[in-house]
Amino acid sequence: MKTPYHLLIVGAGPAGLIAAEAAVSRGAKVALIERDLLGGTCLNKGCIPSKAIIRTSRLYREMRDAEHFGGRVPSGIAVDFPAVMERMRRIRARLSARGSAESLIARGIDVYSGEARFAGPDSVTVGGNALGFKKALVATGARPVRPPIPGLEEAGYLTYENVFDLTECPKRLLVIGGGPVGCELAQAFARLGSRVTLVQKDPMFLGHEERDAAQLISDAMARDGIEIHLDTQTTRVRVEGHDKIAELVRDDEKRTVAVDQILVGVGTAPNVQGLELEAAGVAYDHEGGISVDDFLRTSNRRIFAAGDVCGENKFPHVESAAGRIVVANALFWGRERLSAEVIPWCTFTDPEIAHVGIYVTEARRKNIPVKTFTILMHEVDRAITDGEEEGFVKLHVREGTGKILGATVVANHAGDLINEISLAMSAGLDLDALARVNQPYPTQSQAIRMAAAAHARSRRQAVRTWLTAKWLSW
Amino acid sequence: MQDEELLDRLQRAAFGYFVEETNPANGLVADTSRKDSPASIAVVGLALSAYPVAVERGWLTREEAATRTLVTLRFFETSAQGQAADATGYKGFYYHFLDLESGKRVWRCEVSPIDTSLLCAGILTAGAYFTNAASIEAEIRALARELYARIDWDWARNGKATVAQGWKPDSGFLHYDWEGYNEAALLYVLGLASPTHPLPATSYAAWTATYQWERIYRWDLLYAGPLFIHQFSHAWIDFRMIQDSFMREKGSDYFENSRRAVDVQREYARLDPNEYGTYGLDCWGLSAGDGPGFRTMRVRGRERRFFEYTARGVPYGPDDGTIAPMAALASLPFAPALALSAVRHFLDLYPEWAETWRLPSGFNRVAPGADSRGWISEGCFGLDQGIAVLMIENHRSGLLWKLMRNSHPIRTGLKRAGFEGGWL
Repeated sequence: MKTPYHLLIVGAGPAGLIAAEAAVSRGAKVALIERDLLGGTCLNKGCIPSKAIIRTSRLYREMRDAEHFGGRVPSGIAVDFPAVMERMRRIRARLSARGSAESLIARGIDVYSGEARFAGPDSVTVGGNALGFKKALVATGARPVRPPIPGLEEAGYLTYENVFDLTECPKRLLVIGGGPVGCELAQAFARLGSRVTLVQKDPMFLGHEERDAAQLISDAMARDGIEIHLDTQTTRVRVEGHDKIAELVRDDEKRTVAVDQILVGVGTAPNVQGLELEAAGVAYDHEGGISVDDFLRTSNRRIFAAGDVCGENKFPHVESAAGRIVVANALFWGRERLSAEVIPWCTFTDPEIAHVGIYVTEARRKNIPVKTFTILMHEVDRAITDGEEEGFVKLHVREGTGKILGATVVANHAGDLINEISLAMSAGLDLDALARVNQPYPTQSQAIRMAAAAHARSRRQAVRTWLTAKWLSW
Repeated sequence: MQDEELLDRLQRAAFGYFVEETNPANGLVADTSRKDSPASIAVVGLALSAYPVAVERGWLTREEAATRTLVTLRFFETSAQGQAADATGYKGFYYHFLDLESGKRVWRCEVSPIDTSLLCAGILTAGAYFTNAASIEAEIRALARELYARIDWDWARNGKATVAQGWKPDSGFLHYDWEGYNEAALLYVLGLASPTHPLPATSYAAWTATYQWERIYRWDLLYAGPLFIHQFSHAWIDFRMIQDSFMREKGSDYFENSRRAVDVQREYARLDPNEYGTYGLDCWGLSAGDGPGFRTMRVRGRERRFFEYTARGVPYGPDDGTIAPMAALASLPFAPALALSAVRHFLDLYPEWAETWRLPSGFNRVAPGADSRGWISEGCFGLDQGIAVLMIENHRSGLLWKLMRNSHPIRTGLKRAGFEGGWL
C-alpha cells in the first residue's frame, strides 16, 4: 500500500471537488475517486442541465407574452427541441471542462476512476489499488427514488438521470412528484410544448415551502397549461399500444391519464450501496444515509461524510459548504458546525421560490414571537417595468427587534434576491442595517429595503403609540 | 336613499332567498337558486340564524319562524346517520350537500366539519332565540341541545392535533386539516365546548400554530386571502375586545383584524396588479364565490386564467378579476362606510340590481358576458344571501352577537380556546 493519503475522497460531486481543491491547496496529499462523471449529479444530470432548458423554456414563454411587453408575438412560434438540448449539452460540456480530470491532476490531486470499497477503517480499494488514508470523506451523493408503483418499471420512465438524454419533446408527459425537480421540469416541458400532467401525493406543492409561495407556483404552473392533481396517488401504470396509461386516485375518485413519457421526481436515496461501509465501521441506513454529527463526522472518527449521502439539505451549495467544513475539521483540528451555516435554497420555477432561515411555523413552535414584513413585487417599481410583478419578499423578524429569523422570496430572480438577506444573516446584520443600505434605483432588490423600511416605520409607530399612551395616562 | 333604507332593502331581499329556496317539508335550503341545486347544510345554518332576524324585522311571525325551525331540526334529528354512502351524516356531522327532497348525500361529497359547524351555529342560534315556554319552542331547545351533543368533534381529528376537512365513506378522512387562519374559528369554538365529545384544548393551539402575522401594504394583520374567512365566524361570535393568546401577543383582536382585511382588499384593488382596470377603492371584494368559468384569456398581452366557483384572495390570489359583491356588503360591521360605499358603487354599475335588491355571487367586467359590462353570476347563492342577512343585522342591531354571547357553547368554547376580556 502507498503512503496513506491525508484525505481520501469518495465521490467527485460538489462536496468532493470543493474538499479536494481546498485540501490540496493547503498542501495535503489528496486522492479523489469517482465511478462516473466528475462534477456529480448537479453538473451532469441536475442543476446545470435543468437550468439550461428552463432558460430556453422561459424564452418561449416570453415570446408568447411579447404583447405584454409592448412587442409583437412572433408568428409561428415553433419549439426546436433538438436545439434546446444541444444548447444544454454545450453548456454542460463547457462547465465540465473547468473541473476536468486533467485540471485536477495538474493541481496535484490523484484521481482514480472506479468503484470504491472500504477494506478497513483506514483503507479503500479501487480498481485493484489499495489506498490508505488518514482521513476520508464519503460524498457519493444520491440517486432517484424508484417508487413502487405496479407496472411503472415495465412501462419505463424518466428521472433526472436520463430525462436530459431525450431527443424529442414528449407530446404528453406525466410528472409524478411535486417537489423542486418535478415542478421545475413540469413547467419547462410545458413551455417547450408538452402537455403536462403533474401528480403530487401531498395536498400541496413543495411541501416544505410557505403556503402562499406554493400557491403562487401552483397558479403559475396552471397558467402554463399544466394539469395539476394534488393529494393524488399514482396507483398503477400499464402500456396500451404506444400509450402509457397511469391510474390516479384521489380519495374515492379514480381517473386515468394516457401519456407518452413518465417523469418521476419523488426524492432521492443515498448512494451507500457497494461502499462496504461496514468494513470501515461507518453507521448508515439505506433511507437516511450515513449518520454524521454536526461536525460531519461518521461513527468512524477518521471518516467524514458530506452532501446528499447523509444530509437533509440536498443542495449543491450545501455540499460545497460541507466540503469546506470537512477539510477544516478533518485536517486542521477545526470545530466548524454545519448547523452554524446560513443555508438558503431556491426552486427554479418561474417565478422562483427562495428561502433562508426558519419558517414562521417553526418559529412559533419554538415560542419565538415572529412578525413578517411583506412587500409584494407589484409594489416594486423595477418589477413593474420588467413585467415581473408576481411574487413577494417576506422577511420574518423576531417581533419587537430587527433580528432577521428568515425570509421567503417569490420572484423571477428570487435565487439572486435571497443572497442579500443571507449575507445579512451570516454577518449578523439586522433589518435596521438593511434599511440603511443604498441601492441603485430601480432594482428589484429594493423590495428588501422596502421591507426593512416598513419595519423601521413600524417600530417608530410603536414608540409613538407608547408615548401617547403614557402622555394620556399622565 | 338613506343608508338605513338601503340596508333594509338589501337585507330583506337577501332573506327572501330563504323563503323561496327552502323545502318546507324538511327545512333544507338550496345551495343556489339554480335549477336542480342540492341543499347545502351551511346554508341551512344561515337560514336558521336568519329566522330570528326575520321575526325581529317583522318579515315572519314568531310562530312561522318557529315552525320552519322545528321542521328543520326534526329532519336532522331523524335523518340517517351512518357509514352508508347515501346517509345524511355520520358521527353527528352531516354531508356537505344533500338532496333537497330526500335529504340524502349527493355528489359523493364529504362529511364536512366546517359546514356542520355553520349548521350547528344556526341550530344553537335557534336554541338561544326561541326561549318561550310554548311547547314548540321547548322542543326546538331540546333538539338543539341533542343535535349539538351528538356531534363527535374529537373523532374528526382522526387522532391528529387539528380537525380534518372531511371524511368519505369509501376513502376515510381527507388529507387536508383545518390549519392556519381560516373560517374554522367557529368550528374549534363549538368543538371545544362540546359536553360529550369535545376537542382537546391543544387542538386550538395547533390550529393557531400556523398563523402568520404580517405587515401587508401598511397594515399589520393575521393574514387570510379571501374576505369570507374574515367574516363567517363573526356572524355569530362578537369578537370585539376579546382576545386569545395570539391576539393578546399582537395587541389586536379578530374584529379589528377583519377591519384591516378590508383595508388590504381596498389597497389591492387600488393597485390592481393584474391591470384588469376594473377595480378601485369602491370596487373590491375578492372572496369565495361564483366565477365566469374555467377558461383562459389574454388580458393586456398576458394569459389569465378564469375560474368557476373558487376562493379568490388578496394579495396572493387567485385573482381573475371577479368581485364578490356580497363579500363587500358582509364587511359592514367592520367598516360600515367603506362597505356601503362599495355597495352603492355596485348598484351604480348595475342599476338593474335595484329591481330586486338581491346581489349576485359575482361579477367580472373583464370576462365576456351578456353585454359590455361583462360577466354576471346567474341567480343567487345561499351562502352569500345568508351572510348578508346576518352581518347587516349585526351592524344594525347586533342581534346575533347578543344572542350568542349568552350561548353556553360559545362562551365555553371561547374560554377553552383561551379568549379573555371584553364581554367574556
